[in-house]
This record gives sequence, C-alpha cells and structure tokens, in this order.
Amino acid sequence: MKHLISTRDLSRAEAIGLLDTTADMVDVRGRDVKKLPTLRGKTVANVFFEDSTRTRLSFEAAALALSADVSTLTAQGSSVSKGESLKDTLQTLEAMGADYIVLRHSHSGVAATVATSGWTDAHVVNAGDGTHEHPTQALLDAFTMRSRLSGATARGAGLDGANIVIVGDIAHSRVARSNVWLLNTLGASVTLAAPKTLLPKDITEWGVSTAHTLDEALDGDPDVVMTLRIQKERMSSGYFPSESEYSRFWGMTSNRSARLKDTAIVMHPGPMNRGLEIAGDVADSARSTVTEQVRNGVAARMAVLYTLTGAQS
Amino acid sequence: MTSLVVRGASILGGDAADIHVVDGVIVGVGAISAKADRTIDAAGLIALPGLVDLHTHLREPGGEVSETILSGSRAAAAGGFTAVHAMANTSPVADTATLVERVFDQGVTAGFVEVRPIGAVTRNLDGEQLADIGAMAHSRARVTIFSDDGKCVGDSLLMRRALEYVSTFGGVIAQHAQDPRLTLGAQMNEGSVSAELGLQGWPAVAEDAIIARDVLLAESVGARLHVCHVSTAGAVEVVRWAKRRGIDVTAEVTPHHLLLSDENVLGYSPLFKVNPPLRTFEDVEALRAGVADGTIDIIATDHAPHSASAKDCTWADAAFGMVGLESALSVVHATLVNPGHVTWDGVARLLSTTPARIGRVEGYEQPLTPGSVANITLVDPSFLGEWGVDRLVGRSHNTPFGGLELPGRVMSTIFRGTETVIDGRIVDELRTA
Amino acid sequence: MARIVLTKPDIDRALTRIGHEIVESQRGRTGLVFLGIPTRGVFLARRLAEIVARIEPQEIAVGTLDVTMFRDDIQQKSTRATAPTDIPASGIDGTTVILVDDVLYSGRTVRAALDAITALGRPDVVRFAVLVDRGHRELPIRADFVGKNLPSAVDERVNVSLTEVDGTDEVSIA
Repeated sequence: MKHLISTRDLSRAEAIGLLDTTADMVDVRGRDVKKLPTLRGKTVANVFFEDSTRTRLSFEAAALALSADVSTLTAQGSSVSKGESLKDTLQTLEAMGADYIVLRHSHSGVAATVATSGWTDAHVVNAGDGTHEHPTQALLDAFTMRSRLSGATARGAGLDGANIVIVGDIAHSRVARSNVWLLNTLGASVTLAAPKTLLPKDITEWGVSTAHTLDEALDGDPDVVMTLRIQKERMSSGYFPSESEYSRFWGMTSNRSARLKDTAIVMHPGPMNRGLEIAGDVADSARSTVTEQVRNGVAARMAVLYTLTGAQS
Repeated sequence: MTSLVVRGASILGGDAADIHVVDGVIVGVGAISAKADRTIDAAGLIALPGLVDLHTHLREPGGEVSETILSGSRAAAAGGFTAVHAMANTSPVADTATLVERVFDQGVTAGFVEVRPIGAVTRNLDGEQLADIGAMAHSRARVTIFSDDGKCVGDSLLMRRALEYVSTFGGVIAQHAQDPRLTLGAQMNEGSVSAELGLQGWPAVAEDAIIARDVLLAESVGARLHVCHVSTAGAVEVVRWAKRRGIDVTAEVTPHHLLLSDENVLGYSPLFKVNPPLRTFEDVEALRAGVADGTIDIIATDHAPHSASAKDCTWADAAFGMVGLESALSVVHATLVNPGHVTWDGVARLLSTTPARIGRVEGYEQPLTPGSVANITLVDPSFLGEWGVDRLVGRSHNTPFGGLELPGRVMSTIFRGTETVIDGRIVDELRTA
Repeated sequence: MARIVLTKPDIDRALTRIGHEIVESQRGRTGLVFLGIPTRGVFLARRLAEIVARIEPQEIAVGTLDVTMFRDDIQQKSTRATAPTDIPASGIDGTTVILVDDVLYSGRTVRAALDAITALGRPDVVRFAVLVDRGHRELPIRADFVGKNLPSAVDERVNVSLTEVDGTDEVSIA
C-alpha cells in the first residue's frame, strides 16, 4: 500500500492489521520514551490547504513520534494563497525532499488526483478531501469502537456484529463516508440517521440502513452512536429550519443517552457544537469517547505512516 | 475552371458512384467519364454531405490560448465539418452586429469551414437585457441562432419575451437548460457516483424542468425553440411529448453524452468534467433511443477547448468542457451506426442536413446531388484505431476519449470544392480548388 | 530436501542446558526478566523461564519484545505486521534481561532489540539466548547462550517449529 486515499481501498486483512498496529502504537505512547526510530531521516510534509489545527497537530505528533522530520505548509500566508497551483506546490515539496505528503484540502478528490498525477513520488495520506473521505479518522474511530467493545481480546478482530448508528449531515461528511466503507469491511452493520435533505441522493449501493430520526435509529439498540458536527450554514440553504428542530429530532440528548444499553458508547470526531448535535453532559459522560478518540488518533496515524513504508510489491 | 472527381464512393452508404465537382458545385453524380484536374480514389469510402455543427466554441475573441477561429476551423475540417456555428460566450460576448461580423470575417479569412456566428440572447449573457438581436440578424453575419450557452436564460419572463422577439426575425433560441439555483456549485451528475465521490450533484430535474417550461413558453408565443445538449432520459421524454403536441422544438445531443457516463468520473480525472454532466447508463440509452426515433433531431459537438492548466488540476478547480470536433463522427459511428440505430443516410441527416435546416444554412438542402454546393466528406468506415491526442488538430487537447478504440476515419473533406483534408490529413495551406 | 538437525528431545536438552548456564551466570543475583522476540522467541522465553524456576526457584518475569519498528530494513522490505510488546509492570531498570529468539543469523534483529530495550529502560545486564546460531553475522553481535551451532550456507533455510505455534518441536535445514 503506497498511499492511503480512501478506506474503500482497504481489504479486511489490511484494516485489521492497521487496527492491531494502532494498538501497539497506543502502548508506545503510554511509555516513558514515547518515540520510535522507525522513520528517522524521512520527511513528512503536512500540507493543509484547509484549516484544521487538531488534525494537523495529530499528524505532526505521529510523525515526530516515529522520529521523522516534519514540515508544515498551511494555506494562509503561503505561496498557495498567492495563487501558486497545487501542482507547483507539490513539486516544490518533492524537490525539497518530502517522503510523505499528508494532504488536507477543501476539494473532493484532491488526494486521489495528487496520488495518480505523477506530480510527486511521495506517499500520499489523505487527511480530508472536501466531502469525500477522511480515512485516518475512520481508522481511529474503528479502533476506539473495537477497544471499548471488545477490550483486551480485540487483537486480530474486526467489528463483526456491532451495530453502529451515524447521525448528522451525512451528505456533506467525509467522516461518514470513510466510516461506512471501513465499518462494512470490518463486519459491522451501519444505520445512517438524518433528515432526508442531509442524506446523499442515491445510497442504495452503500450497504447501510437509514433512519429518518435518531429515535428511530435508537430503536435498533445500537452499540455505538457516532454524532457528526452540524455546520450552521446548512440552515440558510434550506436543509433544516433551525437548531432547535435539529437537536429535537437528531440531537444526542441526555434522554436519548439514557435509552442506550450500558455498554454503548457515544462518539464525535470534534469539534463539537455542545447542545446542538450532542448535549454537553453526554459529551462529558463515561459513555463518551471524545478524548480517547483524540489520543487514539495519534496512534492510528503512526500506524498508517508505518504501514505505508516498506517496499511495494 | 477547376474540376475534381471523387471516384467510386458509396453515396450515403448506398451504391458506389463518382461525384464530379466543377468550380465548387457538384455537376454530376454517377459514372463520370470526364477528365478532371484532381481525382480522389474513394473506393471503400462513404460519401457524406459536409457536416454542420450547430454548437461549437471557437473561443476567439478573448480565449485564444485554448482555440482560435483558425485552429477551431481546422479542427472542424479534420472532423469532416464544412460549417460550424460559433457560440457567443466569448470575451467580449458576441452581442452586437460589430462583434458577430468580426467573427464572420475571421471565419472567411481562415477559409476552412463556413463559420456562422451565434448571437447572445442577453447583453453580456447577464440574463436581464436583450442583446441587439435584430441588428445581428441583419448584419453581414446573418445570425439566425441566438444562445446564452454557458448560461441558462433562467428568468421565465425574459425567456418568453426573448422567444417572441427572436421569432420576429425568423431566428431560434438555443437554450442551455440548467436551472441556476438548483445547480449552485454543481460538479457532476447527481446520483450514486456523486454520493460516493462527495462531489456536489447536478440533478437531472434542473435540466428537465427548464425544458418543460421552455417548450410551453414557445408554444404560448408561437416561437421556435432549440434545446442544446440534451443529456437526460427525462429531457428526451419532455421533448417527445412536446413534439407530439405540435410544438416547434428541435433538440441536439453531443457525441460524448452518447458514449460516456458518470462512472467515468470515478478517479476524478477532470477530462470528464463537462456541462451538462455525464449522466447514468440509463440516460445514455434513452438518448440513443431518442436519436433513433427522431425525438432528438441532430448531433452537435459542444466542442469546448481548454488549455492544459485548466484541466491538469483538481476536479473542483477544473473548467467544464471537452473538445469534440475531430472525434464526433467516430463516436457517432460507434454509438449509433455500429449498434444499428442509424444508417449512414441517417448520419447525414443528423450531422448535416438537419442542423443546416435549423440554422438556415444554405447549400445543404439536396445533399450530394447535381446542382448543390460541393460540401463533401469522405469517411473510411473500416478503420479502427485507438483515439489519442495525436488525432487532434485544434489548439487544445482535452479529449475524454483517449485510449478508446473508435471506428472510422475522415479521409477527405471538401469545402465548397476546396479540399481541406487530403488522405486523412488536414492541409497546411488552402489551395483554392 | 529438508534435513532434521534437532528433534524434540534435542531441543529439550538444549534448553535445559541453557537454563543451567543462565543460573550459573547469575551467581545468585535476582531480577531476571526473559523477553522473547515474537513469534517463536516468546514461547522459548516462557519455556526457559519455567526451566530456570525449577532449577533455582526465584521471581522471574516473562514478557515479549517486538522489534519491528526498530529494524534497519523497513524501507527495503515489505511492511511487516507489528506484535505486542509486553514488559513487567515494574519495568526493566536494574534487572538482568535475557533476550530470547529462535535463530541468530545476521545479528540485525538483536541490534534492533537492543535499541528497543534502550527505549524501555536501563537493565543492569542484557544477555541473549538463542536456540540455533547459523552463522553469517553482519554485525559484531554474539549470543551468550546457544542451543546449537549450525553452520549453514547462505542459500539454505533454517526452519524452527515449536509445538505452541507449529504443532511439533523440530529444527530442520533445507
């Protein structure tokens, strides 16, 4: 595997391998010496055309933990904001010796375009492209689910039989897409809950169920409820009328949290709109995996960088 | 006096005959014994009337980096065309008599095809104020087709007025049907592929609803309407319904919409980014059926050249459009002739006589008959080859057909008696025949 | 054509002898930690720990040490799966670590293991016990305790089978 563009490309064996290696990286992060020499001498270029402090810092931490050198390029104040094309930016990075390019961009398809363009020889890691995919987020999410649901016996296992609900703006969510492909590969059953206006128009081939309210989805007694961030701009485009209506039908409130089985968890990729898609006290409860998702994020990204290394067969 | 004989061509796919051309006019079709200055051995080739494109973007003035009237005319000739209609969305927009006359004159100077300027419906394509329609109709360019193509005439009141006003001068509006509000930020067809790829969808209803509105508006004011680049099954049904009702509507389809679908977008190559977008296989089949049953009247290329930097980038940054003049006949051959939907006689109607009629272009009424202007295209139907950038003659290389095996090859194009393509190659300089 | 060089009784005797050698070298010091290198080193480490505990009863810790991320050929070889690293909760500072593996060849695995140990703590002493030493060292590394010296050609393969992993105990060369 030279690049990680989409979780759709991962076989079950590859996906489980990544989760297992993530577990080993979590161990490393728990020790006194949190670093490994694995990528010593290599350069990881974080190329973030779209603002995202959390993901960028997470990738930086992962690269540093593997002893790689890190260079970061963000859109503001860079040559990109002066109109340099994506192609020229990448070729400059290549000439400066980037071995890995971690790419975040607001246009769907950019990571795939870069990986197949021939503009660079580096490994490409998709850190989020428009509304298309965010594969490392899905990996850390799946790892979080597996750890919480199966615990210590998790090594070598997928998420077979787990019942996952993803609620929110599915149509515009790269987190949702990456999660759907990966969770299906790992054997979970996925239900998408959203108003019809926020579901993509044709998902008959996605292998998921849909529910039009969160209560309907919770009738299925899920093991995981993943809440997605709602962008408030959607209200002005007619996707739903108001925040109160959204949280009334699709918000993860305390009442809904109380309905869940004891072992069920509530997830959020962050940043959260407390009170809109998730109630504050639910976010802070024992069920919530929000902070461990962040911790697992560094480990998952270490696992990805390691797994892309190595001779391509 | 100069003369030319085409020897042994299959006339419109039928019996072989010779064609005798003297001073740019066909003087005889049959067994020609007279000696001529030039003889073209056309054994095994099919003779068609020169092709007429109702929808081409020549980019000049303003977009010369991607195409000029000269380079576009050459691309057209290479594709077997002898007349093209040049869309008005240039820079500046062709919305006055002076501007359309300039395009007309440059077409004459280039000399490879008849360039018929299309005039804008609204000033600067702003969708608000009518352009100088009458002046353009009465100019040297004698504009008969008016279009804001690139943009839709979206306002219902303005479209109704425009339909009426254009009909005053015997012209027709060619509408680019795209509801602007329903397609804000749209990148590709709205469907399962756009759902997977996370690209903003361009819903079919945004095209169908505008066409439905327009045919009823045309009916209400008794005007002609032409629908550009029909791309959906729904649009075909609306046009079929309108014709049954007696509405004077004509419709065109592009070659790429007859062959490619939104599945081509998987992989995000901007070579497949076009407006209207590539649709589903069901739409492709409906379009082919629509051509076969006459609902769709003509094939028009919507040749849209773009420079490399406009396509060698991310999908969202890329321009919409594909070149199509050089490949049109081969794609029609592959998608309509080979599967048996249309005969070569039908190809002549779709690509020559009917577009000429809609555009009121003279000289195509009696194809390949004595007395008519010598606009002739000779095709080798047995040729089969991989399409590539090497087959392109225009300035831009944004073809979506690269790597595909396509049949047929234009061996000869004769424009008013002058050869523009000889032995399958565009001539470098025109020698008046 | 594979040649069996160690049968099950051979392996048992070799491990017993190594156990005695370890006890002798300890001279009564405590704080033994056996760290097996996955995959088969792990099971050999467990067996050695049991043997030593029978010879001279004492507190013995057993763990695993995955060296995958410390190898020097990561870029050149296709990606290897990682395995867990499991060290005693009390750490390895001030202990005698006995690294255990099945085959010693170029010495690069041991070098990676020493790097991995450095990241985990500071043992007083690190020794290395291996079931088979097949020669062809590429680094200045040697084993302290060797089950069998097995001269081999570079194009030969040494196969170690252990009951816990492969169903039988056997070492063969082909």
